[in-house]
Amino acid sequence: MQAFRILSPTAILGYGFPLASFQAGLAKKPHLIAVDAGSTDPGPYYLGEGVSFTDRQAVKRDLALMLKAGIQNKIPVVVGSAGGSGADSHLAWCRAIVAEIVREERLSFTMAVIHADFKPETVLEALRQGRIRPLDPAPPLDENLVRASSRIVGQMGVEPFIRALADSPDVILAGRAYDPAVFAALPIRLGFDPGLALHLGKILECAAICATPGSGSDCMFGTLYADHFTVEPLNPERACTPLSVAAHTLYEKSNPSLLPGPGGRLNLNEARFEAVSDRIVRVSGSRFEPAARYTIKLEGARPIGYRTVSVAGVRDPFMIQAIDTVIAGVRARVADNFAELAGHYHLLFHVYGRDGVMGPLEPTPGLDGAHELGLLIEATADTQAQADTICGFARSTMLHFGYPGRRATAGNLAFPYSPSDLHAGRAYVFSLYHLLEVDDPAGPFACEWVRCEEGQPCA
Amino acid sequence: MRVTLASITDVIRSKNAGPYELTFDIMFTTRAWFERAVAAGVLHTDLVCQLYRIPPCDVLGILAYPPAKAIKITIRRPLCSGDIGETDVYGAQQHAPLLDLVFDL
Repeated sequence: MQAFRILSPTAILGYGFPLASFQAGLAKKPHLIAVDAGSTDPGPYYLGEGVSFTDRQAVKRDLALMLKAGIQNKIPVVVGSAGGSGADSHLAWCRAIVAEIVREERLSFTMAVIHADFKPETVLEALRQGRIRPLDPAPPLDENLVRASSRIVGQMGVEPFIRALADSPDVILAGRAYDPAVFAALPIRLGFDPGLALHLGKILECAAICATPGSGSDCMFGTLYADHFTVEPLNPERACTPLSVAAHTLYEKSNPSLLPGPGGRLNLNEARFEAVSDRIVRVSGSRFEPAARYTIKLEGARPIGYRTVSVAGVRDPFMIQAIDTVIAGVRARVADNFAELAGHYHLLFHVYGRDGVMGPLEPTPGLDGAHELGLLIEATADTQAQADTICGFARSTMLHFGYPGRRATAGNLAFPYSPSDLHAGRAYVFSLYHLLEVDDPAGPFACEWVRCEEGQPCA
Repeated sequence: MRVTLASITDVIRSKNAGPYELTFDIMFTTRAWFERAVAAGVLHTDLVCQLYRIPPCDVLGILAYPPAKAIKITIRRPLCSGDIGETDVYGAQQHAPLLDLVFDL
């Protein structure tokens, strides 16, 4: 095969795409339709709680179009990091959507489902064997963090996909995966250069974000050759330029030229970006450098309690000037009133209009010129009831808190809502962001074969 | 010539690079401005430390990337994304102090 063509419909499954762009992509006869469905950007909650950060209806819309097109035209459809975080609960969520589409669209196909969950025992064993190290600057891992994690996933490379592709599934639905892997696995299996395939995957995983104007909800088309690849947007309103494509390699990465991933790194120091036309870019020189030891990134999240928040505004200039005194006074009252809860809660006051956005990084954390402040009172505690208690008491204390120079003795806060306090539910933090050394890159990722047919539950 | 960074760039943005790092991309309007900024070393560790009130060990890298006529700065996040005290889960609004930097170029 001289040219391998890939259609990337959207930056994240559920972010959508114009039908015209998708059809323009199909007209170019792709050998693969692939999409990355995940990210750690939305924070630890979604991994920890096992829910998707994308909307079900939006995911179903994108997936239905992809599956119908793929099955009708015999083009493999590959989805990675299903459900956003790619743990088993996310995979099951996405699989249920596939089953619904199969029923409604009367489709029939074979699907490989690749799991990315890691059992705590597996991680603990690896930790004891010294096969886990922090992904700098993450802190070292200890056994308690592993045990406290509600979910741990490993980010698979191309190998589990390549193993599944040997039996020619129509669809692959994978758990947590290295974003470029869904695009690169099939061409690497066919003998294309891994450096070029992964770099192309790196660009395609964000779909039209690398075009100008950029968009996370429009299609991108890539063609891989022996010594280069090309990328072009499918919407005539967009163009890829050498600058827009080169600039994209900066995105979300600490180093634009050396991009570490499963089993090695992508070296783009020699990469060249050249215009083929005013909207197509040719890229060459990208190299994959295998690591001495194959590593997989582990991601985990652990629950830290429950959160209750209250939003309020302040317009009184005397209250604005006294805000720190008031916050300190409220904190002291809460601590005094609920001494028995000491150590079981965190109480935070975000002061928007001062340093609410940047916190400790804010270079000008003053109140000069602020004519109003937004306040977010946040309590995180062991139970939702305790979080309610702390947040509610802080809010009511602040509402009526007396401070020097106060004129507005009827109340210090403007609440947009009744109820004024809102449940944010369980709160999570990342517990693992570490590298695991493995001998077999595909080994930890179990593959299940599923026959999807009308009247069968894709199981 | 006295210029603000915003006036000689097309893009100034911040974003997480994983949950422990924050990365800033500064893309210049022209190759000439990019080259002048790099040659003058205008974006250096001390400036980043001063601007973000962080110690030098938290500045993880300042790199010029000619293909995109860009300079990239990466710093340690004050918190792992989503930890208690988080203010910007995606890290997408931490770039503003760079906009007003003034240089003689």
